[in-house]
Amino acid sequence: MNSTHAAERSQVWNGELKKGFWLLGICLLLAGLPGLWDRLAHGHIHANYGSIVTWGLWVAAYIYFIGLSAGAFLVSSLVYVFDIRRFEPIGRLAVFTALVTLLLALLSIVFDLGHMNRAWHVMVYPNFKSPMAWMIWLYSAYFAILLAEMWLLLRRDLVVGGRQRNWRGRLYRLLALASRDDSDAGAQRDLKIVRGIATVGMPLVIMFNGGAGALFGVVAARPHWHSGLFPLLFLISALVSGGALLTLVAAIFQNGLTRNRDTVIALGRLVLGLLLLDVLFQFSEFLIAFRGGIPGHIAGLKLVISGPYWWVFWGWQVGIGTLLPILLLVLPTRHDPRWVALAGLLIAAGLFGLRLNIVIPGLAVEEIHGLGAAVASLRVHPHYFPSLPEWSLTAGIVGLGLILFGIGELLLPYEVQERTSHVSV
Amino acid sequence: MTHREIEQTLQDGPRLDGGSRRAALGWLAKWLGGALAGAVVLEGGKAAAAAAGTEDRSKRKHRYGMVIDTRRCVGCRACMVACKAENKTPPGVFYTVVFDQIVEPRIDDKPLFMTKPCFHCERPSCTDVCPVSATFKRKNDGVVVVDYDRCIGCRYCMTACPYSARWFDFGENYPAVEEKTPYADVPSPEYNQFRQREREKSPIGNVRKCTFCLHLQDEHGKYDKAKGRWPACAKTCTGQAIHFGDLSDPQSDVYHLLRERVAIRLKEELGTEPKVFYLI
Repeated sequence: MNSTHAAERSQVWNGELKKGFWLLGICLLLAGLPGLWDRLAHGHIHANYGSIVTWGLWVAAYIYFIGLSAGAFLVSSLVYVFDIRRFEPIGRLAVFTALVTLLLALLSIVFDLGHMNRAWHVMVYPNFKSPMAWMIWLYSAYFAILLAEMWLLLRRDLVVGGRQRNWRGRLYRLLALASRDDSDAGAQRDLKIVRGIATVGMPLVIMFNGGAGALFGVVAARPHWHSGLFPLLFLISALVSGGALLTLVAAIFQNGLTRNRDTVIALGRLVLGLLLLDVLFQFSEFLIAFRGGIPGHIAGLKLVISGPYWWVFWGWQVGIGTLLPILLLVLPTRHDPRWVALAGLLIAAGLFGLRLNIVIPGLAVEEIHGLGAAVASLRVHPHYFPSLPEWSLTAGIVGLGLILFGIGELLLPYEVQERTSHVSV
Repeated sequence: MTHREIEQTLQDGPRLDGGSRRAALGWLAKWLGGALAGAVVLEGGKAAAAAAGTEDRSKRKHRYGMVIDTRRCVGCRACMVACKAENKTPPGVFYTVVFDQIVEPRIDDKPLFMTKPCFHCERPSCTDVCPVSATFKRKNDGVVVVDYDRCIGCRYCMTACPYSARWFDFGENYPAVEEKTPYADVPSPEYNQFRQREREKSPIGNVRKCTFCLHLQDEHGKYDKAKGRWPACAKTCTGQAIHFGDLSDPQSDVYHLLRERVAIRLKEELGTEPKVFYLI
């Protein structure tokens, strides 16, 4: 098989992938509509969490999405802070991914609130003793930084694109916010500011995602969460999941199977390293807890490995999310961007199992033995499985994410153009 | 032993080594919280005070608590029913719960029961985690309360309470008080707010908890057992196992019981210092 033939085949693959991506996005979004209607019309009545397992699928989805966002942003900082040219072609894509996944995270958590319309209270009545208040303030700042960075990265292309005499030109003119400067000097200046912003953004991201880990870690009442490892575990998992998602997205949207195949393969190597580090951290958590053997401390971990949802850990998290991708990234398949992209998909999907296994087993251990038996109520029960509306709404949020990616790909000039390549980065 | 010494013993209890470290961390948190909260415009003084967490215990007027005699409890669950009747709590919300079989293996074949309201801890772990200071310990009597109008329903406090004393109101109703029935029009006297139960209106979508029936206090913050202004569970207890009162008041039952009997508190190691004691 000669190389042009292979390239053609890869092009076809790319097209098929994009089609599949759109189809999946639309299906998931439609699947989410009933869940959205139910949440808005009936509140929390049809959700299956209760007063023992009080956080469920939506909170797990929330920490999953902010992990993706933080991870993608940190990968983008390899380009804009550390100037690693290997990853240059995915710099913009990484920032865009961070923005989209942050939006999904905010949506997931807003629907989880008992009173959605009071979300602004956190801005007006913040209690800075609460890690949650910290986290919300930090990711508001992060959101602003992401928007500024995205705009600066696109500004010149928007100005250039705005000269077209069609709807696209009009959209670009609108997005360019009256900026007209398309000079190389202007683009250089933008990039300088981006570097500054990205450098400020890095510690911010570490604080807010580490802070999300601390949100769980500080809860002394839940031995499953109460570990100094938690903020670190959150950060590393964020890096793994963000890197893995970027690998997949770059393969689909950024010519990852053709022109930028080397970038995808390099991302695969990076993600493999991070994944192994993540495994090490988790292994440490299990080892120390089980060797110590304090019943309260290991009750949650026991639920993880041998509770009713053992398969989430062994099948989803370990099998799909860890072992399989490690194999794909170690065996000769590591040289084929298609397999590397698949590994990215598997890791990104598998880490959702990790998020579920953080939130739910931590709560599913009765704080006072016999609580579930003391009253006959479905709301007072240590067993939790998400209800149909919960699944539906989550699917819809994922679908919205896919569609936002697709729209971004259609509308935004986020592939670094050849003509600007000498100034990008 | 002077009054003050006893009060101190009651408040602090047997301290573990972590006490001083915890205090230092608490001070740091207070300082940080205060400094930052001060920098932000806050509506009213309540949130600022709650955020800063400053409270001088000696200035407090009352220190309400309970002493529950597990030897007198027969497990009739009248306290649960009385609480429901008083506070009109919906299904899935139980300000007090009666547990049985909590000790295995048992010494004999007699069942052991324990009713568990909110412990209104001296150092509540639930209040500090609230992102909007909607739940706090009242200054004058140490009762831990929830501001239904501020609470956003994030349920972080429920995860932080080590005693499962907090409940989320999902909006469910018992069939008898379902919407459009005459019974549904009877408001709950909680917090003296007399809220009508309506869809999507607080307390639906809020975290709820035992308030020591503080709506039965008079304007000076005092309860009156003789007049029936007394927490519903304690008032109704058939075996007189639930004793309520001001832990600092030498005239109160609870004060004497704690001096005369062996009392324990749950999960002492977490340093929460509950104000509900169990006699064993």
